[in-house]
Parts: sequence; C-alpha cells; structure tokens
Amino acid sequence: MSSLKKYDAIVIGGGHNGLTTAAYLGRAGKKVLVLEKRYVLGGAAVTEEVFPGFKFSVCSYVVSLMKANVIRELMLPRFGLEILPLESTFTPLEDDYLIRTADSDQTYREIARHSLRDAEAYTRFGPLMGQIGMAVRPILETIAPNAIRPSISDLLNTKKLFDHVKSLNSQQFEYLTKLMTMSSADFLDEWFEFEPLKATMSASGIIGTFMGPRSPGSAYVMLHHYMGDIDGAFRAWGFQRGGTGGVSMAIARSAEYFGVDIKTEASVNNVIIKNNNAVGVALENGDEYHSDIVISGLDPKQSFLNLVNENDLPAEFVQDIKNFRIRGSSGKVNLALDGLPDFTCLPGDGHHLRGAISLSPSYDHLENAYDDAKYGNFSKKPFMDIILPSVLDPEMAPPGKHVMSCFVQYAPYNINGGWNDEKRKAFGDAVIDTLAQYAPNIKEIILHRQVLTPSDLESTFGLTEGNIFHGELTVQQLFSLRPAARWADYTTPIRNYYQCGSGTHPGGGITGSPGEMAAKKILGIL
Amino acid sequence: MSYYKQFTANTQLKLSPFFDRTSKLNESQEWRRWSGYLSATKYELTHDNEYFAIRTKAALLDISPLKKYLIEGSDALTLLDRLVTRNIKICKIGQVMYTPWCDENGKVIDDGTVQRLSENKFRITSAEPNLDWILHIATGMDVKVIDDSETTAAIALQGPNSREILNSISEISLNKLKFFWMMDTNFNGMPVSISRTGYTGDLGYEIWMNSENALLIWDLLLEKGKPYGITPTGLHALDIARIEAGLILLDVDYISSRHAIIESRKSSPFELGLGWAVKMKKDDFIGKIALKKELDRRPEWEFVGIEIEWTALENHYRSVGLAPGLPSTAWRTSTPLYYNSEQVGYATSGTWSPILKRYIALAHVKSEYSKNGTILEFEIKIEHFKRTTKAQVVNTPFFNPERKRSCPA
Repeated sequence: MSSLKKYDAIVIGGGHNGLTTAAYLGRAGKKVLVLEKRYVLGGAAVTEEVFPGFKFSVCSYVVSLMKANVIRELMLPRFGLEILPLESTFTPLEDDYLIRTADSDQTYREIARHSLRDAEAYTRFGPLMGQIGMAVRPILETIAPNAIRPSISDLLNTKKLFDHVKSLNSQQFEYLTKLMTMSSADFLDEWFEFEPLKATMSASGIIGTFMGPRSPGSAYVMLHHYMGDIDGAFRAWGFQRGGTGGVSMAIARSAEYFGVDIKTEASVNNVIIKNNNAVGVALENGDEYHSDIVISGLDPKQSFLNLVNENDLPAEFVQDIKNFRIRGSSGKVNLALDGLPDFTCLPGDGHHLRGAISLSPSYDHLENAYDDAKYGNFSKKPFMDIILPSVLDPEMAPPGKHVMSCFVQYAPYNINGGWNDEKRKAFGDAVIDTLAQYAPNIKEIILHRQVLTPSDLESTFGLTEGNIFHGELTVQQLFSLRPAARWADYTTPIRNYYQCGSGTHPGGGITGSPGEMAAKKILGIL
Repeated sequence: MSYYKQFTANTQLKLSPFFDRTSKLNESQEWRRWSGYLSATKYELTHDNEYFAIRTKAALLDISPLKKYLIEGSDALTLLDRLVTRNIKICKIGQVMYTPWCDENGKVIDDGTVQRLSENKFRITSAEPNLDWILHIATGMDVKVIDDSETTAAIALQGPNSREILNSISEISLNKLKFFWMMDTNFNGMPVSISRTGYTGDLGYEIWMNSENALLIWDLLLEKGKPYGITPTGLHALDIARIEAGLILLDVDYISSRHAIIESRKSSPFELGLGWAVKMKKDDFIGKIALKKELDRRPEWEFVGIEIEWTALENHYRSVGLAPGLPSTAWRTSTPLYYNSEQVGYATSGTWSPILKRYIALAHVKSEYSKNGTILEFEIKIEHFKRTTKAQVVNTPFFNPERKRSCPA
C-alpha cells in the first residue's frame, strides 16, 4: 500500500460531469485528482473505435443542453469542443413520412401535408416551449435549497425561486404545471391531431425512462429534452465532432490546463472515512490517495451503497437512496455500415439522413413497446432514436462507409431470466428487423454490430441498471429531492464527501450542469 | 428527390463561371450581389450546416467575383513594393502576402493578397476594381498590368478536411504547403494554382484556375470531396467565420479612401488593426510619409474585438419577459459603443459565434478606450427601446485553431 501526495480534492469517475467539477476546482487553484476506472475518459460520453476504422459514440450519442457558460468558462472550444447542429427529425412511416427541419416554412408545409391545423399549432408550440424554458431555466440553474435544515444561502435561493415563480405569467404557470404532472400523450393531444407527429414528439418524454407516452410524468421528461431546442440561440441539440467522447476530452484537456491530474485505469474500491469524515480513496489495486474532500461523479446507488459503508450513513438516507428509482429501460445498437440506409418512404440520400431518425409512427407503437417491458421482455418492435454520425462528420467512418447509432427502447434491466448472450442477440435481431421494415437494405449493409443491453451499460459504464440519467427524471426525484431530501445540494451525510453526477440536480444528459454547480457549491464551502 | 423542384430565372447581374452548378445547388435561391456578380447567400434554407462545414468539414465557396490583376515585367516588384505597405522585396517565389494599400495621405484604399508567381510576375487580389490606381502608380515603369478577373476563376476550399480532399485530387501533395504559400499542380491534367489562404481563419486553400476548366474542377471537387463532407457554402456562413477570425471587410468595416466623401470616413492601416502589415523600414511606398506622421502622434482610433457580455444581455431580455434574442446571421449595422455615457466608438460587424458560444463584434474605438479588458457599453434595442449593455474589449482572432497554420507531421 503506497500513500501518495495529498490533494485538495479527488473526483471519482472521469465522466463529463466529474471532469467538469475537476476543471472548475482546478480553475479556482485547487489541486485535483480525477480517477477513472476505464482505460478511456468520458464515462457515458465516450467515443471508441469498436470496429477498425469506425468510431462510435458508444453510449450517449447527442449533446443536449451543454451549458454555454460552462463552454465559455472552461474555454472548451479551445480544447476541441465542436458541436454540429442536428437539423431535422425524420419519422419514416410505412408509405409516407414526416420530416421537421430547422426551416419553419418548410416544416409548416410538411406538417400541413398531413394536418393544416397541426401545422399552425406547431408554429405556436415552439415559442410557448421557449417561454416555459425561460421559466424553468432559473430553477435548473439554482442549487436546490435544503428545505429541511435551510442555511442562509438556502433561504436566499428559496426566496429567489419564489420571486421567479411569482414573475411568471398565468400561461407560463399553467403550462409549467401541466408539464410537471401530465403524460406527454395527454399534453400533446391538447395541441395536435396527426398521430406520427404526436408520437414522435412524445418520444422524448420516454427516453431514459421506464414509462410510456401515456404514463403521467412523461411530459416533464419531454420538457427536459426540449431544453435543447429551447435556447434557440444555442441550437443546443447537436453532435460533437468525433463523437460525444470529444466533449469529455475537451473538458479533460481544459482540466489539465488548469493543473488537474487525471488517471485512467484507476478503479476506486471505496472512500476512506475517518470519524464521519471523507479523507481519501482506496483503489482496487490497494493504492490510497488522500485529500481534503472526495467527490463522486457516479450515480447515487454507486456513491452511497457501494463506495461507502451503509453504516457510515443515516438509516433513513440509505432507505431514500434504495428507493431512488433508477430502472434501466434502454439499450444501444451501434452499426458499422457499408453504405447508407435506404428508406422505402423516402429513397436515397438526402437531408432526412442528417438529423434524428425516429421510429415512432404512433402512440400505440410506443405503448406496445412499453407493454413488453412492463412484463419483463424487450420490445419486439421497439422505439428507436437513430442518428448517422458519419453523415454529419465523415471522419467517424472510412470514406463512403457509415456508422449508425440506434438508441433503443425498451430493454428492461430486469428481463425475465436475466440477460445473456442469447437474449442480447435476440434483442439485436429485433432491432434490425424493426429497422428493416422501414429501410429494407439495412441487413445487407451491416459490417459490424454492437449490441449493448442495460446489463452491458451497467457493467461497462458503471450505470446502475443501465439507467442513462443516473436515475429517472420524474418529479419525485428532481430538484430538492434529487437524489434525496436534504442532500440535493451536492453535499452528503458524510463530511467532505460530495456528489456531482447526473443523479444530482438538474439531472442527466450532456449538460455539464451538475458538475458545474457541484463545483460552485464546493468552492463556496472550501 | 421528391422535394426538389428546378428553378430558372433571368438576371441582369454577372454570372460566375461556376454559376451553372451553384444555381442548381442553391435550394434557398437567396443571392447577394458581390462586385456585380450573383453570389449565393446560402445554399440551404438555413446556413448552419454551411458554417459548420467551414469549422468541422470542408466548405466550397465560389470566390470568382474577387478582382485579380496580373502584374508582369522587370519593374513588377518595384511597382508592388511601392503600391502596398508590406515589404514585397522579401516575398519569395511561391509566397503570398496579405496587405493593405493606401493613398498618399496614408488612408487605406483596399486590402488583398499579393502572390509572387515568378521572379517578375505577381498576382494581386482586391475587393474593388483597382486597375486605374495600379496603372497610375505604374507610370513610367516597365510593367504590364492585366485585369485577369474574368479569365481566372477562383474557389475557396476551407475547413479541417480541405487538405485531404485536395490531396485526393492533386497530382502533387499539399502536405508541405505552408500557411500563406502557394504551389502549381494539376487536377486530372487541368493546371491549377493553390494558395493556402482564405477568409475563414481555418485550415483552407484558394484554388486559382482558367475559367474554362471551372465547371470540370467544381464537379471533381464535389465528387471527391463527398466522403469528406464537402459542402457548397454561401456568404452568410462566410461572414460569421470571418468575424470569428477577426478579418475586416471593405465597405462594412471600413470605406475605401477612394470612395469616402468626407475625410472622417477614411481609415489608416493603424486604425484598422493592420499596423503589423505596415513596414516603415522598407523603401518609399505610397502613404509612407503620412503614416510616419500618424505614428508619431499615435493613431486616433484602434480596431478591436469586443465581446458582448452574456449574462447582462440575458438580464435585459428577461426584464421584458423574453428569452435572449440574437441575430441568426452576422450583422453589419454600425452600432454605438459608450464609455461613461459618452460615445467612444462603434461596432461595424458582429455575430453570435456558434462554436465559441460568445456574442462577438469588430469595432472602431478611440485609442484611449481600446485597451484589452476595457469595459464599454454596447447599444442594443430591446422591444424597440434603446438600452446599453456591457461589452469588453478582447483580443482577435476570436477563434484561431492550430490547424490553420500547422502541417501534417
């Protein structure tokens, strides 16, 4: 056992939030060490060459609302952050299609082809969501106050939030309430009639969540995803050049620029606790590192049920963390392709291949897919959110070849009989068969296929149950309740032990936000 | 594809040698005038993809409307060295120099690049016609000046993949071609000159060719460039990129002294941030005496980068219940800058930088307020009412990737 130099802070996990926290602390002059279990940085925001010549954003595949102030403050463009816009959403249907683009006239015309009323409603829907986004953003950007034992800054934050909520107009308040409570299907039914449009929009209400579009609460998840679209100026939904690992690498380079030490293949076994005080970490290889504080970028289950001993925590907190819902619902299929998929409804190459491709023809399609999962099976006809990264960034694949990323739902973590190689193969086959109904040439152009089940996501990326958001984004585990009441401000019941991952406010996605706010909280204390 | 329809129309404007292709590719059918030419504003309905092609792939821009002059003869070097502010005597064969040129009062007429094609042969490019001025300087010299603007077509290929695309076509590799140098090569037997220059501040090249080969070369580039993401790109995307690169534009950021009606509209190179390109130690050149005097009394104006502070701007919009409104394209309206309520300058072009996530602008500021870090007030209109918001003087270029200058190992 070697005892090495003492750091101001150690961050467990080199995911994008852990790196963000480390970079901010480094920027403030702290001596920081980041420890990553894998050989590669990024956590779920990682690029790997799974098949020679083909690069994959293996897990997380689009950049949602990476915060612009984080980009500026950490100088990420200087370190390689280059986010290209994803400009369209294409919903293939059996003999027709729906495509929404960045151009409002074109989108109006396209929706009007199916429903004139919807086309008009759509022009009002976007600005309204923009207003809602404005209403939500200050909440997302405030450190969740400790409502049980508030400090002065908690009270100030609470007052700020009350003032903000009071400043909302009645329409903003109405829709905010609706979005917090309704199902995405019910919410969208108030607006639109064309089923494929509604289903596609509702799909962002189920991503990463063990719910169907008709489950109450899914409207909030939709709003969370909509945030990318809301900040019109940022055009935040996008694709990082070189894959999502490029985001993590840019943050890592920024952290190194600020003097942060980063070690890969350094798997932390446990946090060292003395007198209810975190004083360092012990690695699986026996090495120990000592520091004034320890910050976990892992999900709440890992941070509190694995890295520390339950006896070091209050019993009710342990119970809260055990109750924290983190059900894995999705899988990922990454394909290396010899050419482009040819959709029957819109043959050939074109703009429709440059954005998201959503297999979401109807609510029933999504709900049926969910029904399979409810009873412990993967969806026979899953919902898929697909992108072709090589169309946006040719360097992802050899010239003329392509990579395809399929986010697939549902694949329950707790599948009947447990996941095994055979089930993984059957799941992969179901994905390809579903895809082939819309793009029949797909089977002929597959050069390599990587299928990741929730169980694989857990074992590879350390995501408990394979949940991509470190815990579902439902109202009962947001804001002051994420991950548990009283401990939503990045502190934990153990002194000098902090959390900074997606399991903290404001939640998952490549945003940098939990990492940034955790660092700011910590710097306020240190 | 089903959503394409052909479009043809008449025009009285001049058509570039690439027009047969660009007109068919232009889905937005939005055009701008550029030196009397019809020039694509953008090819797609929104310009985002074209902008990101410049920064992450490869953008193909028709720059044929540039004015091009061939200067040949035993006095060619003498003429150019007298014309421009850079020291052309040290310009080697195959080298390119960016330079402004001035009138006798040291006020900038135009800016462009000088290419040394051989011992006694040069090409100079400019935004506006300059033949008359060049011939005026050439009086009594053994030199021939040819307006080559129409016989030589030009396209720019800009972006990180541009070198790979050209290497897949060019007989000679471009790997050794350094920033601001040029070389002769051929594409499928068609002779071209390639200079490692551009107006984007990124890795990029400009390709000079006989107009007769223009269409064949365009087709070849698009075909070979497809796997590398080559994207026909219009002026909207270019305008954002050139502001990020801190590059000035004639008639937007300054007015040619040949056209400025009043004295105050003219600018010296020092007032345009081009002091580095004025070589006071070289032999006599047009404007030298006036520029020497200006240097002695310190230029009155400086040309700087400014960044409009985001949080302050956002708060202005929030105060009226709106999300921040940003122009989706670069703007070119002169916008006042204040210090303690007194106007001390004006921004001439600005843009939201999609890659930096910063709201940036180029501005003329009185010298005493031009120091890096100075906080100025930038005029904005929120719901029709004027306000001012914080803006800071910062260094340019705003975006300056290493690949702009680097060569493959």
